[in-house]
Amino acid sequence: MKRRQFDTLIIGAGGGGLRAALQLSNADTSVAVVSKVFPTRSHTVAAQGGMNAALSNVTQDNWHWHMFDTVKGSDYLGDQDAIEYMCRAAPKAVYELEHFGVPFSRLDNGSIYQRPFGGQSQNFGGDQAARTCAAADRTGHAILHSLYQQNIHAKTHFFDEYFAVDLLKDEEGHVLGALVFNIHDGEIIVIEAKTTLLATGGAGQLFRTTTNALINTGDGLGMALRAGIPLQDMEFFQFHPTGIAGRGMLITEGARGEGGYLVNGDGERLMERYAPKAKDLASRDVVSRAIATEVRDGRGCGPNKDHVMLKLDHLGEAVIQKRLPGIRQTCITFLGIDPAETPIPVFPTAHYTMGGIPTNRYGQVVVPVKDTPEEPVFGLYAAGECACVSVHGANRLGGNSLLDILVFGRAAANHIIEHLAENRYHLTMDENSIDKAMENLQRWDQKGKTDGESVSQLRDELKAVMEEHCSVFRNEDVLKQGVEKVEQLARRLKDARIDDQSSVFNTAKVEALELDNLMCCALATIHSAYARTESRGAHSRMDYTERDDKHWMRHSLYSLESGLDYKPVRTKPMSVDSFPPKPRVY
Amino acid sequence: MTEVQLPELSRLRWRCRRGMLELDLLLNTFLDAEYTSFDIQQSELFETLLDYPDQVLFDLLMDKMQASDIDIAKLVDSIRKANTKISREKANVTER
Ligand SMILES: Cc1cc2nc3c(=O)[nH]c(=O)nc-3n(C[C@H](O)[C@H](O)[C@H](O)COP(=O)(O)OP(=O)(O)OC[C@H]3O[C@@H](n4cnc5c(N)ncnc54)[C@H](O)[C@@H]3O)c2cc1C
Repeated sequence: MKRRQFDTLIIGAGGGGLRAALQLSNADTSVAVVSKVFPTRSHTVAAQGGMNAALSNVTQDNWHWHMFDTVKGSDYLGDQDAIEYMCRAAPKAVYELEHFGVPFSRLDNGSIYQRPFGGQSQNFGGDQAARTCAAADRTGHAILHSLYQQNIHAKTHFFDEYFAVDLLKDEEGHVLGALVFNIHDGEIIVIEAKTTLLATGGAGQLFRTTTNALINTGDGLGMALRAGIPLQDMEFFQFHPTGIAGRGMLITEGARGEGGYLVNGDGERLMERYAPKAKDLASRDVVSRAIATEVRDGRGCGPNKDHVMLKLDHLGEAVIQKRLPGIRQTCITFLGIDPAETPIPVFPTAHYTMGGIPTNRYGQVVVPVKDTPEEPVFGLYAAGECACVSVHGANRLGGNSLLDILVFGRAAANHIIEHLAENRYHLTMDENSIDKAMENLQRWDQKGKTDGESVSQLRDELKAVMEEHCSVFRNEDVLKQGVEKVEQLARRLKDARIDDQSSVFNTAKVEALELDNLMCCALATIHSAYARTESRGAHSRMDYTERDDKHWMRHSLYSLESGLDYKPVRTKPMSVDSFPPKPRVY
Repeated sequence: MTEVQLPELSRLRWRCRRGMLELDLLLNTFLDAEYTSFDIQQSELFETLLDYPDQVLFDLLMDKMQASDIDIAKLVDSIRKANTKISREKANVTER
């Protein structure tokens, strides 16, 4: 088997992975970046909205207000030291990007334009702030392309279209790289590294209706879990109330802002019952839960009664064409309907993975060891959406995740540079760990029982189960059944098979490995959600409607070996006073 | 070449995995519906299109931008049409 050695292995070439790689290559360390798709096709490209930083270009602003908003937005589950660090570092992160060539939109006076997003305030909860920097509507694209070019320049070594299967260790559990294979020809390589950074992005594909691309299958989370590392706060998954039913892409709030409204299967304006005042403009979680409740109670639309309708046709074609042209185009393309004539089928859509691999603010992966809740795992780092550092806590604010991936990608790289200075030699790999990774890979090469179930069938079932039992409508019964169903699916996956045994572009095998990872994420998510008997941020329970700080202001940790464990929230910031929990009202 | 070999199709399928859900759906739907009837030129043209950056592909396929190359513009049009057609068929089937 081929072996390669590098100082650092980075798994993932989105904004998080590329930012770290650049820092490391510029520091003259040898860096390998492995990505299952060509780097500039990573999911970061989809982020069109922008990135937050308190630059004060449009409204008065400062990092401390940004910090307050982020802590409040997190429903007090975010770690305040990491949040302070991120908000302080934000302006610098923006100027760095500018320096790398990101063409931020400008104001007439030449400074960077900033737009207002939800949850942004001045003076600790006062007037609206404008904090989001954007490069027109292609911020993610601009960031990814600039960082990629910079990395090529800095001679970062890319393994494009390689799939990482599992982490590799020595006998003491130090992480020493990963087993990867080339999707083109199936060639397997052991990449040995003194340090490994996971930057594999989110897991939106866990749910049937999602805004995430097909590549977002939580691979890094699966790898971590199989390596014995618990996943943190996985019950917190952000949903957007109006995705196109069965397809996932967003219909922005703008559609309801222009006068669109939701109707159920009986033709009734459903939001009148759930939010008599704000109606269709109630907050995201209220609208999401209302839709899910209607469907559960049998008042959905369509033959399967599995969605509700967003009506815009009463607005007239002229208004729709003028104010909502993008939505019209999306509907025509993906539904074959014109919203000027026909209502749009919608359902809450999974958007962002708040939970992930637990890290500290240096990007080191941390696990509980005896009485220490956060002991670094030697050689292992994580950054970006796959990590839980935790700056988003129970709920992420728009524009904060591009910031997160860049700030902590850089921070992780800086810590890695220090680590490399102190640890100059490669350690000896435990061959058993290679064997184990090979087993996980080659299990899909076996012809399998002909009566084994197909991967695609199981994946579809898993996504449907997660949507029914673990999206926005959660209570004891629904979650309990969900736990049983996911456990059962996990057992059935052991006997699944794939038909394609070729080594060239065996996408069937890739999809099977992705399903292994999704299954890990599903177990962590549903177990953590079932156990948390309160409502906080994105985790909202119909049977425990209040936030319960006394029992639940703590992070969940789920591991395959020992199930659930908890650790305290870091409420102490680096330099300022902590923000004590308050009711989260906007 | 009318018979397209399987590895070829799976290679293209992987290249249709993009950073945006919209592109995943548009490209894969087209690939499933039309690819077996492709000739060599069409296949090459499709690969050329797949070389475009995601954001450009998105703008082209969502009709926010027009391709200056006539052949690419035609291909974009047929990808859009294939998707609308299939979406309509699905909608009709489920509504009845
Ligand atoms: C539609 C949409 C719009 C958004 N808009 C915004 C916004 O406006 N502002 C904002 O702040 N955030 C936004 N977000 C969120 C933000 O885009 C993501 O959280 C962020 O881009 C994640 O970056 P990342 O570097 O962690 O991972 P990604 O960009 O997802 O990259 C993951 C990388 O890991 C690689 N990878 C994964 N698994 C493997 C494996 N097994 N082997 C090898 N490689 C692997 C992939 O190839 C890829 O290179 C949006 C999200 C969506 C879905």
